[in-house]
Amino acid sequence: MLKIERRRTGRDHGNIVTDSNQFIEERNVYYRTTMLAPVRTVSTANRTSPLLTVQPRRGLVDEKFQIVITNLLPNQEVTLHSLHQSEDKDFWEAFGHYISDEHGTVTVAKDESLGGTYEGTEQMGLLWSLRPVPGSRSALRLRKTNVLTPMVVNISVYNGHLSQGFSKTSVLATTVTERWYMAPGVQRVNIRENGVRGTLFLPPGPGPYPGVLDLWGGGGGLVEYRSALLASHGFASMALEYLSPDELRTADVDVSYFENAYQILQNHPKVQKNKMAMLGLSFGSAITFSMAAYSTIIKPQCCVCISGSHVVPVDKSLFEVFEEIKKNMDKVHVNEDNHVIQRGMILPIPSDPAQKIDVGRIKCPVMLVNGGDDQNWASVESAQDMEMMMEKAGNRHLLTVLTYPDAGHLIEPPYTPHFRATNFILQEMKEKIVMLWGGQTKPHAYAQEDSWEKILAFFHQHLYSSNIRAKL
Amino acid sequence: MLAPVRAVSTESRRCPLLTVQPCRGLMDEKFQVVIKNLLPNQEVTLHSLHQSEDKDFWEAFGHYISDEHGTVTVAKDESLGGTYEGTEQMGLLWSLRPVPGSRPALRLRKMNVLTPMVINISVYNGHLSQGFSQASLLATTVTERWYMAPGVKRVNIKEKGVLGTLFLPPGSGPYPGVLDLWGGGGGLIEYRSALLASHGFASMALEYLSPEKLKMTEVDGTYFEKAYQILQNHPLVQKDKMAVLGLCFGSAITLTMTAYSRVIKPQCCVCISGSHAIPVDKCLFEVFEDIKKLNGKIQVNEDNHLIHRNTILPIPSDPALKVDVGRIKCPLLLVNGTDDQNWATVESAEDMEMMMKKAGNRQLLTVLTYPDAGHLIEPPYTPHFRATNFLLHKMNEKVVMLWGGQTKPHAYAQEDSWKKILAFFREHLYGSSVKAKL
Repeated sequence: MLKIERRRTGRDHGNIVTDSNQFIEERNVYYRTTMLAPVRTVSTANRTSPLLTVQPRRGLVDEKFQIVITNLLPNQEVTLHSLHQSEDKDFWEAFGHYISDEHGTVTVAKDESLGGTYEGTEQMGLLWSLRPVPGSRSALRLRKTNVLTPMVVNISVYNGHLSQGFSKTSVLATTVTERWYMAPGVQRVNIRENGVRGTLFLPPGPGPYPGVLDLWGGGGGLVEYRSALLASHGFASMALEYLSPDELRTADVDVSYFENAYQILQNHPKVQKNKMAMLGLSFGSAITFSMAAYSTIIKPQCCVCISGSHVVPVDKSLFEVFEEIKKNMDKVHVNEDNHVIQRGMILPIPSDPAQKIDVGRIKCPVMLVNGGDDQNWASVESAQDMEMMMEKAGNRHLLTVLTYPDAGHLIEPPYTPHFRATNFILQEMKEKIVMLWGGQTKPHAYAQEDSWEKILAFFHQHLYSSNIRAKL
Repeated sequence: MLAPVRAVSTESRRCPLLTVQPCRGLMDEKFQVVIKNLLPNQEVTLHSLHQSEDKDFWEAFGHYISDEHGTVTVAKDESLGGTYEGTEQMGLLWSLRPVPGSRPALRLRKMNVLTPMVINISVYNGHLSQGFSQASLLATTVTERWYMAPGVKRVNIKEKGVLGTLFLPPGSGPYPGVLDLWGGGGGLIEYRSALLASHGFASMALEYLSPEKLKMTEVDGTYFEKAYQILQNHPLVQKDKMAVLGLCFGSAITLTMTAYSRVIKPQCCVCISGSHAIPVDKCLFEVFEDIKKLNGKIQVNEDNHLIHRNTILPIPSDPALKVDVGRIKCPLLLVNGTDDQNWATVESAEDMEMMMKKAGNRQLLTVLTYPDAGHLIEPPYTPHFRATNFLLHKMNEKVVMLWGGQTKPHAYAQEDSWKKILAFFREHLYGSSVKAKL
């Protein structure tokens, strides 16, 4: 519901401003609230006005946009700049240096950025190379918690090749684009049932749809955006909350918690019972391996495990698992920046099967997605060991492994930035640290884009049609 | 709105895929509708469904046959029947009409521009023309159509007795200003201004005909001049890059002000479905009293719809009864439909051209005349209304007003004229030498 408040200013009338995101500002404070300096646009002095277009202006987070600048001078040096204010109120920016062609046009999908936060022909560089503006707090991570509203990104064109001082420089042109996790018609449903907590996202239409149980990692909480995006692609996806010490006692979260969650999803009237999948990242992958190998209830048609490992104690409650993990804290290192490197904890991969999930028991197709520079889990080594185990057990043909050189641990849906190290609260130690995830920005961005495409195709193949390799 | 039936697709090995790109677009933006994974040469019906703010349901549909790959591409393929025919990329929107059983003479207008128009697009097996809510779907999706682009700001204007809504483009500006005037239906209509702001113009939708809020004896030339100045003096508006846009009675105001006012001196004007034969040189009360005197010329057709067009015919030869358009000093674009049954706009345009030739300012005039278009030429892809319910002011009488026009030519007129209006504004308000492309 739109709430309109009337506030009086110093003059006799306060005019109320509302934009399509329903922010309410007083007219007289627009300078304070716009992020750019209130200077006269250079373009009005010229006879031709640079035109900046971003298509679509409202897109999905994993959708490419076309950015074109026209009506520049030929061979004009310009800087294309993106600016975003996160839900935490931090500012993030990215920029690329371009030279217009003989027609005065810059086409980001075709032209090369000669410098900035990204280089080369990078259609989506303005998003995946976003980084906190100078002076920001350190080790930040950009995540959208409220998926009902879009990410709002300001895109601007500046004269010349700038690398700083954007807020004090006048723009040639500017526009605003929105990036949405939820496509039109997607429904968000709170799940609070049988002690299970989560959020279900349903695609538009009467259904029924394949179901995906979506598990994040040791950071805990309830992270909705990946499920929202999966629903936008035709999957009823449930983001499961399983690690929130304030809401769920870790001693109570064990195999039956995940089995309950799976069944709640499977039994939903709009979900197809026999078209189910599990998707996990990090610790969520470990849970996925465990359930797929041992549960008599959880029998998905396929699984995807991102940055995971099978070297995890099984059949215990979360409390017990974390107690086990604590025993290996001596293998946790710290680098010169005091960032925590956890990858050594499960190395060397034990040969004793009792210490690993028996992936030879898995009966459905499994896709592993790993980064070659994962500093948090030894996911590449784990994948190699899993392959060996599955070869021995005779189910190797079910396995697909995608390994991305120089990608880090946090392989997420595309076009959101890469984070090499971010603030993290170690649940088991209740300690604030900076966790090293690894990866280099450009290869990580590539990994996110390519893996997401392949994950969606994998889901389509196993959940929508068995014989046809469905295109995205 | 659709029966919860099991989608046929889950039984077949093929899963029809329906995509609408962009899934969130502006109202005047084209979308690409593509269906894939059908059988080759399969007969399907593409259907759109929308529930208006008034809770009525509107629908449109086209009959297609997939190609040898099982694909339908709406921008390229022909609809063989339905509410539109032929290769019509946007037919699912501009041919929307109330579903069978609806109240008659409805008009589809978005009053709340902060939210999008939500359209359900579905694919059905076979060539259907009814019973959509009971038939089983092959695929469905939802698309949103917005009047406000991201970053556009909406500002309530209530200043010096003037009422309106200002829409500002994103960024720090400043921008050209457009004063946006609707017609005799009254009230405050925001969507065209919202769309103009989405295209880079600070546009103010002016409320001037709302008898409960604004006394008609007090709305005269000074009201419009005050409104123009409020817009012009806004810190984000460029004083010397102003325009006035009017439809119907709003055009009459535009012509009158531009010809006579010493305050309103825009860089250009656009008048849609207007006439110079109704000078708005007195307060609204008196102008409408004058108009009432012409009511004898109102006709009624066999459906009991009111035909208003003859009230100003014949165009008077006495200059005192017309706006002296020879005095206009800025470029003027007229947009008219030949099947306008509400005002004699085509005849008025011919007379204006004559007057301007005589006065020596003919070079300022551009006239766009659309065959078989009606009176309500609005931004594109919203439906055509040949006749709708109307509340005659000061008569407190509900009638059905005949606007005229045929659906397909009217849709073309809306699309083409809007493109040209935006180009006209860009040419005169953004850059003088470059004929800006859309």
